Amino acid sequence: MERVPILKLGDILIVSIQIDLDDQSVLALQEDLADMVVSSGARGVIIDITAVEIVDSFIGRMFSTIAAITRMLDAETVVVGMRPAVAITLVELGLSLGGVRTALNLEKGVAMLEHVRGAAG
Amino acid sequence: MTVPAEAARRRIVDLFLSSEERLLQRWTQVSGASPDELRDLYQALRTALGSEDGDFADVRGLLAELSRARARQGHTPSDTARLVFSLKEALYEVAEADGGPEALRGFVWFSRLVDDLGLFTFETYSAAREKIILDQTEQLLELSTPVVKLWEGIVAVPLVGTLDSARTQVVMEKLLQTLVDTGSEHAVIDITGVPAVDTQVAQHLLKTVVAARLMGAECVISGIRPQIAHTIVTLGIEFGDIVTKASLADALSYALRRSGVEIAGAAKTRIAVRAERA
Repeated sequence: MERVPILKLGDILIVSIQIDLDDQSVLALQEDLADMVVSSGARGVIIDITAVEIVDSFIGRMFSTIAAITRMLDAETVVVGMRPAVAITLVELGLSLGGVRTALNLEKGVAMLEHVRGAAG
Repeated sequence: MTVPAEAARRRIVDLFLSSEERLLQRWTQVSGASPDELRDLYQALRTALGSEDGDFADVRGLLAELSRARARQGHTPSDTARLVFSLKEALYEVAEADGGPEALRGFVWFSRLVDDLGLFTFETYSAAREKIILDQTEQLLELSTPVVKLWEGIVAVPLVGTLDSARTQVVMEKLLQTLVDTGSEHAVIDITGVPAVDTQVAQHLLKTVVAARLMGAECVISGIRPQIAHTIVTLGIEFGDIVTKASLADALSYALRRSGVEIAGAAKTRIAVRAERA
């Protein structure tokens, strides 16, 4: 099983998914991420899916689950770089990723997290 | 009394080949077409009937050409088919004059052949029509989906014409791709040119908005005419938290405000200054 690396940049954790995710990797990623948020005290998580071309409903739900987990730990999750085909697939699957913030690219994702934190004080 | 099919066929072909002038004259009279057109057709038929293997490719080629030419001149496809069918009438007179049972039996065979050829002109006509319709559909798809940039970070799709699934798919993909390419965070879908909105169209619009939102962009739907607003409410379509505006101008100013551009005042002052100078 391949593990997805989690990078730390300031108080933001960046997860860049470059592999084809199977269900095991997804579950491992959720656990690793929760551990990392607690251990590093991160305030934001960015999941970069620019390289992801295929999604199924399980992966679609993963985003919502991760967002819910990190929110419990007082960190905001932003999903960035979703391809049009992936977005259309998720809509057709009936997943609207409620509660997940999205941004067009990594740069805008970082800006969004800063903006959210600024607003929160 | 039975007549062998082969003998009947031979007899009618002989009659057909031997009475060229009479046939052509009568055919021209009955169909009202120009003798030249018919002469070419007759020659091709003659070659086809005379050949061993009965190859009608040339005849069909001629008929296809004739069908197209007459369609351009404004003849209906029935006219063209009737022109071919009228050969039967001309040949029947020849067969009747001959009077033999072979000739009459052969005439039945020949008339079936002519029927096939007549129907072939009709097929050619509808195939040509079909092709035009397909081409136009394709052109319409290409034409009807421009994504325009209104401002840095704001793009718009002016939709014109009826929205069906295929078109919405094209629009959706093009819009989303443009969002990625230009890094725009705001999109305006303008439906001023959409004549009617039903539940299906609304569903398509909602899907597009949700897909854009998934990618991290906000969509505004603008250009909703009063009747359409009425229809949407009557149908009970829920737009939820999707922003809708009456005009493209409203949508643009909303998107500008959302992206942090100040527009208030500046334009008015400039106009005032110019007025003073004049």
